[in-house]
Parts: sequence; structure tokens; C-alpha cells
Amino acid sequence: MTTTIQKTMKGLWSLIVGLKVTGKEFCRPWITVHYPRQEVTNLDTFRGHIDLVPVLDDPEKPLCIVCRRCEEVCPSGCIRIEGHVPGEEKEVPVRQLLLVSNISLPHSAAREPICATDKTLRVLDGFSLNYNLCSLCGLCVQSCPVSSLTFSSDVYLAGASRKDFEFDLLQRLIDRAGSTKLKKAA
Amino acid sequence: MLDKPSFSLDGDYYSSRFSELGKGEGDTLVLNLGPQHPSTHGVLRVIVELDGEYVRRAEPVLGYIHRMHEKMGEVKTYVQYLPNMGRVDYLHALAWNWAYVGAVEKLMGLEVPSRAEYIRVITCELNRICSHLLWWGAYVLDLGGFTPILYAFDDREILMDILQIPTGSRLTYCYYRFGGVSADLTETFLTQTRNFIERFKTRIPMYHDLVTGNMILRGRCEDIGALPAEMARRYGATGPVLRGSGVAYDVRRVEPYSVYDQFEFDIPVGKNGDAMDRYDVRMAEMEQSVRIIEQALNQIPDGPFINPDVPDRIMPPKGEVYFAVEGARGKIGVYLVSDGTARPYRLKLRAPGFSNLHVFAELAQGTILADAVSILGSLDLVIPEIDR
Repeated sequence: MTTTIQKTMKGLWSLIVGLKVTGKEFCRPWITVHYPRQEVTNLDTFRGHIDLVPVLDDPEKPLCIVCRRCEEVCPSGCIRIEGHVPGEEKEVPVRQLLLVSNISLPHSAAREPICATDKTLRVLDGFSLNYNLCSLCGLCVQSCPVSSLTFSSDVYLAGASRKDFEFDLLQRLIDRAGSTKLKKAA
Repeated sequence: MLDKPSFSLDGDYYSSRFSELGKGEGDTLVLNLGPQHPSTHGVLRVIVELDGEYVRRAEPVLGYIHRMHEKMGEVKTYVQYLPNMGRVDYLHALAWNWAYVGAVEKLMGLEVPSRAEYIRVITCELNRICSHLLWWGAYVLDLGGFTPILYAFDDREILMDILQIPTGSRLTYCYYRFGGVSADLTETFLTQTRNFIERFKTRIPMYHDLVTGNMILRGRCEDIGALPAEMARRYGATGPVLRGSGVAYDVRRVEPYSVYDQFEFDIPVGKNGDAMDRYDVRMAEMEQSVRIIEQALNQIPDGPFINPDVPDRIMPPKGEVYFAVEGARGKIGVYLVSDGTARPYRLKLRAPGFSNLHVFAELAQGTILADAVSILGSLDLVIPEIDR
């Protein structure tokens, strides 16, 4: 009998202890944000889909040297690249897929920015990304020998069809260049 | 050829076979729990035979989220398989990352710089706390307490923000690389981790006040699903499920990999092996993880975060290798056979949840259905890991 009462009292006390925690929490300020009226602030490190990086002196020209390493290393095959050698009609051949597993080491010092005036052998004609298939592993960015790829921090992507997530990265680069030019002009 | 359709109004193959196998005496009811059921997390299906409210038999049905991860390993190159590892067990993704890169490194004899080892320890332990917090919230949710998961997510959200800094993702990390990690830890990461640890030390007593001492939780956990050590061993259960039964088996201690032999930490164990013991073990493990992270933060050396001599072509020599790490749910093992080409010949993943799940059928026998749900929750199952 006494043990039952003791047990009950102990149990009831445990509920009061729990309620104390709830009470304290009730007085704390909000920690969530009211999306979409407010947005969180910690998105700068978030990795979104990839984007092309332009050369230093021309925001419309990508750094890409059409080596097709990213296309080859991508586990889901979501990158398609088109390029040609200037003066020649033939396209740059697709590398023999899946034979090499290459990740260049991210030694940033070894990666000097390439200027547009440099004689680059190959010209990029198209860079399409099928973001539906991408698993955001970052292998393409790491395997790029000239740091021509970067992550966007676009988290609020939403669309009604698959087409909305098939990006033409070259076009995006040109659009971005256009908007910065407009800003400068303004 | 199937001589009858695989699905009819009498139920599918599994439920009709289950009914045929155990036509016991009395008026019993065969009930399907899941694959869509709030207490089965993910897509686990459990068929139970009920005698009134008592479970007479139970049988888990697997395979609803089978994604052929092992087969994918045979068609992708070593590097291309990396993102798969974050998706086997999405709650402790970094442990799976580690198990895979560790196996390849062992086979190739690749050295990992000591800074990278410390980075791996810190991030993996943070991820373990993440996983245990989610389990804690979800378990109490299964038992009918809604608010604790919100407290757990408060802390987990901070952890995910921290892990987002080096990894770039919030859940399915693909961070470890052969010979190191893909990005160095920043000063922001280190400060935020230190702040989190200070905060978390005050949060754990709060968790105990809010839930552990609660009489209702104790009533639903104590003496429920007592798992004898012998039975846990028989099923190959590992992790907190085995440790809850009093066996101090932790891969970090018994086969120390990486730099785990340089840290002081305890292996919490239970006594009776009931749901409460498993609960206590996980709560204590979070504290131990904090201890490991603190030591690692103080000892972390400077240097490269990836071995600069990693070959451009990852082509391990012919041979086989087994590498095991301690995940939040138990022993994660990767068995790899290489034929010297760019792709693994065979990749076998040992998921701890698979072994842990199967003790359920025996534990649930003779319990009330509500207790069976409590047992299921206390095993901390992640179904994608079990199905692979």
C-alpha cells in the first residue's frame, strides 16, 4: 500500500518536472521562421545545382575547356556537353565513359584563372544539366581541372514539370552576365 | 508461373502464407501493420496474428524500398558509388560514407592524413547525435507523446546547419573521399560546434526531465521487450540493441579504426535488455559522442584534409576486404571484392538494422499490440537501410 502511494507520488512529481520544462519553453522566443514572409539566413553554405564560372575579363565566356571530365564522372549522367575545336568542323569526342574515376584534388593554388585571351583549344557550345537526376554529390565540381563549375545556393526551386529542372547552364551564364551589365549600366 | 494471382481480396502472398502457416486454435485475427502506418517509419510491414489484444505471432515483411544498392556497386566506378552511401541509411549517412571509403582505402593501402581522420570523427559523431535525436523524438512520438520531437528537432536543426558547412547537404551527405574528405573544416564550423556542445550539455538533463523520468514513458518501456544477451547474439544484433542487453560490444572499441583509440569514452550498457535499457544506452551514447567531439576538437592537427597522393584512377588491386564501423544502429560492414578493374566485382553491405529487426518477431510474441509498437520503436529501425 505504502509503495503504491510512493510510486504514484513519484510518478505525479515526474509529470510536474516535465511540465516545468514545457513552461520554460513556453516563455522562450520563437526559433522558427514564418516562411515565406521570412527566410532562414544560413543558406550560403548550401549546395544547390551547379553553375558555370565565367573567365575573369568576360562574364559571358565560361572557363570550361570541354575536357568532359564532369560528364564522365557524374554517377547519374545528368550532364551533357557540346563543344568544338575552332577552325575544325568536328565535335569534341565524348570521353570513353566510365573508364577513369578521376577526382582532381581541390588544390586551389594549382588552379590559376584562365583569361579569355588565352588560346583555348576547345569552345563550349552547350552545357545542359538535368537536375532531375542529380544527387548533389559534388564530384563534377571536384573533378573540374579549371574550376569552371560552382554550386548555386538556390534552395527554393519548385516546378510543375520535369522540364523546369532541365537547365541550359551556358544560357544561364549569359543571362547572369546580362543582368550584371544592366546593373552596372544603371 | 504463379498458379493463382499474387493479390486477391484474401490478401497477398505474404498474408495468405502467414495465415496458412499458423492456423492455431481459437478465434484469432491476422492484421497488417504497415507498410503505411505511423509506427512503422518508412515502409516496414509487419503481419501480426492477434488473439484479442495479444500478439500470438509476428512477421516482418521487407523489400518495399529495395533499391539494389549492392548491384549498383557493380555497375558504377568506385568514385561514382560514393553518393549511394548517403542514401542507404539517411540518418547516419556519414557512417556509411566511412565504411565504404574505409574499405577501398584498406584495399588500396591508401593513407589518410591525420587531420582528415579527426574531421571524420567529429562529423561522424555529430551525425550520430543527429540520428539518436531523431530516434528519441520519433520513439516518444510512437508512444503517444507529440511535443518531445519538436525539442529534439530544435537541436537537430542546429546540427544540420553545422554539418551543412563542410558537406553542403543537410541529410544525404556525400562528404568523405578516398584518402580524406572533400572539404576542410572552417573556423565557423569549429566555433559553431563548440557552441553546440556547450548548449547540448544543458539540453540532455532537460531531455531527461521532460521524458526519461516521466511515469507514462517508464510504464511503456520498463520490462517491455526484454532481450537476453544470448538471443541478441543469436540474431546478430549489434549497436544499442546489443549493448542494452549488457554486452559492451562497440566496433570503435573492439576493433578501433581511424583515431578512435586516442579518445577516452565509455561504452554504455544496459542490464535487462528491455526497451528502457535501449533508451538509456542511446541517451548515454549522445553524451559519449559529445565527449569524443570535445577531445577531437582539442586535438585536431593542422595539415592536408586529403591525401595528395590519391591516384587519379581508383583501381584497387585484386583482392577482397571487409571494413566495419560503428553506426548509430550498430555494426556497419562493407565487404568488397575487386578484380583489379575500375568497378567493384562485388559489394556486400552489412546493415545493422536488418539483424536488429529480426529479434522483433520473437520479442513481440505474447505481448500486447501496443507494447509491440514500443518494442519496434526501441529497435531504432531505418527501413531503407534494411532493404538497401
